[in-house]
Amino acid sequence: MTGLIADFSADREAFSVPWGKAMMWIFLLSDTFVFGCFLIGYMAVRIAAVEPWPPTSEVFALTIAGHSIPLVLIAIMTFILITSSGTMAMAVNYGYQKKRKKAALLMLLTAVLGLTFVGMQAFEWTKLIEDGVRPWENPWGAAQFGAVFFMVTGFHGLHVSIGVIYLTIVALKVLRGHYERKGYEIIEITGLYWHFVDLVWVFIFAFFYLW
Amino acid sequence: MTAQEHHSPQSFWTKYIWSQDHKVIAIQYSLTAIFVGLIALVLSTLMRLQLGFPGSFDFIDASAYYQYVTMHGMIMVVYLLTAIFLGGFGNYLIPLMVGARDMVFPFVNMLSYWFYLLAVVVLLASFFVTGGPTGAGWTLYPPQAILPGTPGSDGGIILMLISLGIFIIAATMGGLNYVTTVLQARTRGMTLMRMPLTIWGIFMATILALLAFPALFVSAIMMLFDKLLSTSFFMPAILSMGEQLGHEGGSPILFQHLFWFFGHPEVYIVALPAFGIVSDLISVHARKNIFGYRMMVWAIVVIGVLSFVVWAHHMYVSGMNPYFGYFFATTTLIIAVPTAIKVYNWVLTLWQGNIRMTVPMLFALGFVSTFTIGGLTGLFLGNVVVDLPLSDTYFVVAHFHMVMGVSPVLVIFGAIYHWYPKMTGKMLHDGLGKFHFWTTFIGTYTIFFPMHYLGVLGVPRRYYAYENYDFIPESAKDLNAFITIAAIFVALAQLVFLFNLAWSYFKGRAAGSNPWQATTLEWQTETTPPGHGNWGESIPECHRWAYDYSVPGYEQDYLPQNQPGEANA
Repeated sequence: MTGLIADFSADREAFSVPWGKAMMWIFLLSDTFVFGCFLIGYMAVRIAAVEPWPPTSEVFALTIAGHSIPLVLIAIMTFILITSSGTMAMAVNYGYQKKRKKAALLMLLTAVLGLTFVGMQAFEWTKLIEDGVRPWENPWGAAQFGAVFFMVTGFHGLHVSIGVIYLTIVALKVLRGHYERKGYEIIEITGLYWHFVDLVWVFIFAFFYLW
Repeated sequence: MTAQEHHSPQSFWTKYIWSQDHKVIAIQYSLTAIFVGLIALVLSTLMRLQLGFPGSFDFIDASAYYQYVTMHGMIMVVYLLTAIFLGGFGNYLIPLMVGARDMVFPFVNMLSYWFYLLAVVVLLASFFVTGGPTGAGWTLYPPQAILPGTPGSDGGIILMLISLGIFIIAATMGGLNYVTTVLQARTRGMTLMRMPLTIWGIFMATILALLAFPALFVSAIMMLFDKLLSTSFFMPAILSMGEQLGHEGGSPILFQHLFWFFGHPEVYIVALPAFGIVSDLISVHARKNIFGYRMMVWAIVVIGVLSFVVWAHHMYVSGMNPYFGYFFATTTLIIAVPTAIKVYNWVLTLWQGNIRMTVPMLFALGFVSTFTIGGLTGLFLGNVVVDLPLSDTYFVVAHFHMVMGVSPVLVIFGAIYHWYPKMTGKMLHDGLGKFHFWTTFIGTYTIFFPMHYLGVLGVPRRYYAYENYDFIPESAKDLNAFITIAAIFVALAQLVFLFNLAWSYFKGRAAGSNPWQATTLEWQTETTPPGHGNWGESIPECHRWAYDYSVPGYEQDYLPQNQPGEANA
């Protein structure tokens, strides 16, 4: 224990990572608390609601060729977002190999996948709004359903959108060779943020669509 | 290290306004915080006028009174204390004390200040909207905060919530910098266990801020939705003026949990930097190493961790499962242990020290006194059965003003008297400083000590007028008038401080680089005030802990941290 403390408290750097990476980790820890509060708030609201919660498998179903398929849109969205984590990881790998064109293209692909996700989310919102879901009411039951749904998925969608912008900026800088001298940790730092946003989505998916 | 090789800025604008230098940002933060703090001070004086001499002032009606209460509380806790300890002292001292040239990301650091200023502007704008600022009380409890009948339930509360959101973004951007700088940018030899306790306190407080503010952020968003989109996060079914409102099924208690999950750590966001700074002031001005340095560090860490599991002690009267009450009472009382360790260690540091009764030392000693008093009443309120009758009386007001009002403010004053010579190169006037200390110290005791008595009498807090309550004796009114007169004196005494700040800047005695003969790195800079990049050619190397005072066998009674030689710790 004493040795552990002595090692950790050694001079200069507590973690042998670049400043930007340390800062991103700390930011993500803080952001975890934001989403944690959102999700706990959602659970508390759902438990406290006096009216029944809308049947999520029906609300989130999509009618394709005459068949109502539950959760199909959300399944595709989740698949796309998780795929984007894969392309992101490949970008990080190519970045460290100094193959900057490949890295930048994979980052741009990640951004496009992210943008597709946001687009599908916009489609989902439009459909729900057409069905009569509003933050203050909906046709099936507890009014809190619309409120937490729009708030939490909206806040996550905002994170994805910011991520898309962030990815695009960094990718273009990578393409221009801006980081040749500094090194390509920046791709990994961007990736940390992106993976975090994906991970949060997994929790939102579980708590909103499967519960 | 490339990020630290700045060119120093040339024009007035880049040097003083859009500055990325942590010292300039620190001063910007401090001056803005002091400015809003003065507004909050005036508001408290107006409140006292009404309480001491009810009905004598036409312009203070019930609505105005509640608006003063709310804005006073919110400004003092968030926009003054949090901002000045983290944004002010954190910014100034962290890079200097750990031997860095600047914060790790100066641009983000600059943005932090401008977001903070924007938050302040939005907050103050609420004074000028229809209906005025919110009068919901600084805790902003729904449903009343957003319903008609509460002053400022239209524009005021909306601006308040938006301002808090902006403040949290500012605090996050600053906080990421402070934590990363402490963890990753210390100079050679500056191990975590050699850092001055000031840095430990600010460091831990910043971590608390990064983890506690999210709860306030989320509850502010939810309440904005309740207000603007008629959602029902916090709003149960309500009958108002004979009409059913559009809300149903929300939980006001959820807001209280979220708010206090932020609100209790917030107390320590303010207290931990104060603990750290006081430890350093006492050690420097008593010419003696701090007693139990490691214990002091661990106490800061343990208090920080515990502060996240005590929040519901603010909610004993809100109704909760008795076992939860038992749990939260226990954790609350456990916090007294590390806190008491700190107080004992301060006293033991003084014991047989070579005490110099300088102005910073006076303020530090004043803090130990007020903090002990305020802490002891905390033990009363931490127990459920004792809290229930005292809840929402002036006993609570007295408690938190002693422990998190007066105490941290005394530390801020002490710290300004201590570091002003480094910031400006001039000493603050000693006589004026002593006058300021004694009026403030004795004055605040005369204000807040009698409030304990009012509380035990059962005088409720947050009442606009106390006429026609049989249970409040006549003597309480006399006491209130007395408190008001004392409050006016204390408020006026702060003018002396402001005058001192301005006068000394131009006419003060030259300070030299190390007027207090202190060991920490900020006193070892080449120039005073330190230039851009802090250290000139090369950054200092740290060879010892921050508390080598009166080491036997040396002629000088202090050994700076960058002095080579045998290290004691």
